[in-house]
Amino acid sequence: MDFLIEVIINVIKVAVVFGVTLLHVAYATYFERKVIGRMQCRLGPSEVGPYGILQPFADMFKSLFKEDIIPARADKVVFFIAPMIVLAPTMTSLSVIPFSEGFIIADINVGILFILACASLSVYGIILAGWSSNSKYAFFGGIRSAAQVISYEIAMGISLASVFLMAGSVRLDDIVKAQYDYPFSMYAPHLFIGFVVFLIAAFAETNRTPFDLPEAETELVAGYLTEYSGFRYALFFLSEYVAMFIMSSIMTLCFLGGWTIPKFVTDILPFLGSVPGIFWFLMKVYFFIFLYYWVRATVPRYRFDQLMKIGWKVLIPLSLFNLLLVAFVKRFIL
Amino acid sequence: MTVQQLFFGYFFVMILALSLVVITRRNLVHAVLWMLLMFVHIAGLYLFLNAEFFAVIQIIVYAGAILVMFLFVVMLLRLKEEQALPIFVRGLHGRLFVGLAILLVLVSMAAEATKGPMGQYSIDYIQRHSHLKVLGTVLFNDFVYPFLILGFILFVPMIGVVVLALKRRSHGPS
Amino acid sequence: MVPLNWYLILSVMLFMVGLFGFLTRRNMIMLFISVEIMLNAINISLIAISHYLQDMRGQVLAFFVIACAAAGVAVGLVLLIAAYRNKPTIRLEDFDLLKG
Repeated sequence: MDFLIEVIINVIKVAVVFGVTLLHVAYATYFERKVIGRMQCRLGPSEVGPYGILQPFADMFKSLFKEDIIPARADKVVFFIAPMIVLAPTMTSLSVIPFSEGFIIADINVGILFILACASLSVYGIILAGWSSNSKYAFFGGIRSAAQVISYEIAMGISLASVFLMAGSVRLDDIVKAQYDYPFSMYAPHLFIGFVVFLIAAFAETNRTPFDLPEAETELVAGYLTEYSGFRYALFFLSEYVAMFIMSSIMTLCFLGGWTIPKFVTDILPFLGSVPGIFWFLMKVYFFIFLYYWVRATVPRYRFDQLMKIGWKVLIPLSLFNLLLVAFVKRFIL
Repeated sequence: MTVQQLFFGYFFVMILALSLVVITRRNLVHAVLWMLLMFVHIAGLYLFLNAEFFAVIQIIVYAGAILVMFLFVVMLLRLKEEQALPIFVRGLHGRLFVGLAILLVLVSMAAEATKGPMGQYSIDYIQRHSHLKVLGTVLFNDFVYPFLILGFILFVPMIGVVVLALKRRSHGPS
Repeated sequence: MVPLNWYLILSVMLFMVGLFGFLTRRNMIMLFISVEIMLNAINISLIAISHYLQDMRGQVLAFFVIACAAAGVAVGLVLLIAAYRNKPTIRLEDFDLLKG
């Protein structure tokens, strides 16, 4: 009987997180177009509904009703499962993120490593999407995108290693709690190099500008997405925005203090302590997503060889230096 | 049959079936994909054995790096089997028979293995301090020198790979 | 309770499948894949024994096996690429220059 209640509670939690994330992702597409439009001195979508609020639903209906084209000599089974291989690990990693104190679907001991493992698994979808489309542009786009993702995974992992060193644990709950006892309640001011390296690597992991060469319209048609139409394209898009959400969540949990606010703020304004933690978590995540849009509207994109040079020759040495620095400080000073 | 034995039976059957599928594929990309599925099942088996760090490392290193290397090599070199040629060598049945005989001997040996003396890291010690901490303690206290040598073992091939993969421009087209 | 012998039988059978693939496939990439299967079988055996004997040394050795497997596969694949540049084939019987 207890087991049944536990199962039902977990199913409700999963449904809530899933639903809220899908809603966030749908409106992330809307807000991206609005924000970038405003930054470019134009209105974004404003036709569908008041201020264009219903635009995501219009996009969803459009993608559902488009014709589903499969290229002539494509490998049909692999073509079919590639979007699923990209989407499934990305959505699974939502289950280990603590949105607030105690609100986690799966409280495992190796929280962040699980998210890294899911990021490694979703690389397969990209390679297979490019290869199974049986088209040169798609194939090269897929290989380039996969090479970019696996190169920046290393810098991401090493900069996260410095956070693990400071917190003494890999569990996301413990990392947030360890940060709360730290001055400023955030690791970002002191692990600044690691924070910046992770930020840049997060842009590259999700194939966003300035590292979006594989899917930019002026290059390689649309990269590995070229031969996908209709709902399959929508699945790839969905996984990109969910990955953005997850990277922002990791950044807020590991570097910005998660659902807590700094102690000196609650000392000055004590009523802020009674605001539920999830509000602060979402504010920080929204800030990072706004950063994604801001960078997209502002910065030109890197060529592929420049991209790989940055990943291997700049970010990895910086993150290693950061790790050494943190190890030194932790051993001899703290 | 308890629930644990049922779960283990599922992993047993799936891992063996997937490995047999992997070695009999003609299309190399399909073989690598079935192998990915097999690695995910092996990672699940490691979770059963209270070694969650190894489950995650299996996915990150084996499934996420080594198999991606395989895929890159297969795709960039356009490696394909000729459709008409056989995929197995000629003396297949003889080798199969010898293999089955050795398998019989080894399985009967494994079935009657008995446990040796117990160590000191009990299961709930590992569950109390997380598995990663216990592994790190043992690795960095008792096995420091092998760990540093492992660093070299990973470092030298990294340089060797870059040197071997560079095309030499001084020689003519080979 | 799952007895240790079942894990050892799984490891042995997986190893033999990998060995069979190694000895009977003509394709060089399949040889590498079979070596990976054999190494995974060894890892299963090491971690299972380490769990049942409550000793950490098996897991440390499995850690080393994973790292060395990664290095070995990397070097093997790059040697394959270098050989492929000389002679664009991956069938084992085509490399017979040393044949008497």
